[in-house]
Amino acid sequence: MAMETIYKQKDDMLIIAGKKFSNRLLIGTGKFKHKPEVTKSIKASGAEIVTVALRRIDEQINEENILEYIPKGITLLTNTSGARNAQEAVRIARLARECGCGNWVKIEVINDSKYLLPDNVETIKATELLVSEGFVVLPYMFPDIYTARALVKAGAATVMPLGSLIGSMQGLRLKEAIRIIINEIDVPVIVDAGIGSPSQAAEAMEMGADAILVNTAIATADNPAAMAEAFSLAITAGRIAYLNHAPEAILTAKASSPLTGFLFEQENKTKE
Amino acid sequence: MMITLAEIKQILENKDPHFIEGLAQKAKKITEQYFGRTISLYTPLYLSNYCSSHCLYCGFNKKQKLKRFKLTPSQMDKEMAFLANEGIKNILLLTGESYGATPLSYLKEAVSIAKKYFSGISIEMHPMQEYEYKQLFMAGVDGITIYQETYNKKRYKEVHLSGKKADYEFRLNTPERAARAGIRNISLGILLGLHDLAEDLFSLYQHLRKLEKCYPGVEYSLSFPRLRPIKGFSLNWHHVDDLTFVKIICMSRLAFPRTGINLSTREKPDLRDHLLGIGVTRISAGSNTSVGGYTIYKSAEQQPQFDIEDNRSVKEIVQTIKKKGFDPIFTDWRRIKNESI
Repeated sequence: MAMETIYKQKDDMLIIAGKKFSNRLLIGTGKFKHKPEVTKSIKASGAEIVTVALRRIDEQINEENILEYIPKGITLLTNTSGARNAQEAVRIARLARECGCGNWVKIEVINDSKYLLPDNVETIKATELLVSEGFVVLPYMFPDIYTARALVKAGAATVMPLGSLIGSMQGLRLKEAIRIIINEIDVPVIVDAGIGSPSQAAEAMEMGADAILVNTAIATADNPAAMAEAFSLAITAGRIAYLNHAPEAILTAKASSPLTGFLFEQENKTKE
Repeated sequence: MMITLAEIKQILENKDPHFIEGLAQKAKKITEQYFGRTISLYTPLYLSNYCSSHCLYCGFNKKQKLKRFKLTPSQMDKEMAFLANEGIKNILLLTGESYGATPLSYLKEAVSIAKKYFSGISIEMHPMQEYEYKQLFMAGVDGITIYQETYNKKRYKEVHLSGKKADYEFRLNTPERAARAGIRNISLGILLGLHDLAEDLFSLYQHLRKLEKCYPGVEYSLSFPRLRPIKGFSLNWHHVDDLTFVKIICMSRLAFPRTGINLSTREKPDLRDHLLGIGVTRISAGSNTSVGGYTIYKSAEQQPQFDIEDNRSVKEIVQTIKKKGFDPIFTDWRRIKNESI
């Protein structure tokens, strides 16, 4: 029997900088063994936003250009991979815009080749500068609530806390820190990095994340397109679960109230 | 925790094929996770073979009776245009070690010409002062390659008899000077066969670890050229066989998951192809190790620094990479203005 779906994506759009998206999977386009697999993965999953490292785009377009493998209509998010400080991130973003890659930019400021952890301080500075220049800024960050607040104040369109180290596929090692950000920050929270399996993506969505960015787990899968599809389905499943979670225990009336029942004893006796 | 000297020795002594296969499988998995199935390409370009150092094993050493060449700017342009036409985007500029023949001004001129053609420029030259690296960085150099050759001081002194290269400490501290100057990529290495392998590997790993902690923003990579000494090299040395070489690549990958590992055309095509994905992430293609060897001088006219074993063209290498299920990457950097960091 065919499924009769209850969840309607059109009623639950992801909204970033005023633009609406029906799919909550973002795909990173690095690490694939063949560029045509990028196209297949995007189509199989329905992803509507992809990231591309400007450092990998040949300015003379002599070699195979990754941009040719991204279907029309997809929102391109150029990342500032290689930037070691805010100034370099700004320069890369400007270059991306000059090259026709649009003004949506994922800021990656990483001065750490061992773990590839982002520099939150420089990320805030880069966000301030780029927002003032009209960019739509989606900053990659180490999950820290102070940084998240500062990024929102600086005008970031989303925040993108890492789940675990880039490429590690270890899932939500920083779950509780991410949870705090989800609870306290009102712009979309996109968990990025370290999501190694669809179940981990679902876990993040169940917690209340707004979207997930996946690169390594899709690009290095035996069948990237199939894996991309699996991620998309898992993200939707997690989203549905989040929207329909049971109310928290404190809001549910309990049959017995051993700690505070005494407050109502007199009232109950009077009623009797 | 870093791999210990005892562990390195154990791995090098272990001849069990199952063990080696296990090592290679782990190295493959880690390489895929952190680099994907991609292989970056670069090509060397020798600008000059003038050298004022006396390194006993090297074909360019000052005592060698060979014709010395140094490219003029128009010759550099011709060589670079040729390589750019082959699709190369990352160039490694090399010289012998001679401040006199190839002063900073000459090198900066080479870089300014290279900028017309390449998005990534690295150099493999004599160790320089920090201010020199800074000037080269601002001029457009993003990477340097500097091999310590051996970390054993006694052995170092035995094989480097004179010239600036004889200064062990100056060479050892080169990566730090380059990092402080802003250089983005630093490639380290040892000359395999020059000294006790386990000791030199351990020292190399310790050196890299120290640099990672002090200069974390640099992208490091490792190289392992195998010694093939010139005629007349009279000191003892040992040949590192393919099995050991593969173990070194795998071990380095496991010890440093995110560090690049380079492989030059010193190695045979078959071995190079097998090592794609088992740790190696960057290879040279279409190489010539003579000055002006691509378009200016015929190979018969001069002696290369070392003999090339993999003579495949860039196109052939690209085809092989794709056939083996990898994406060849030519462009891995977009030129932005290098400013003081």
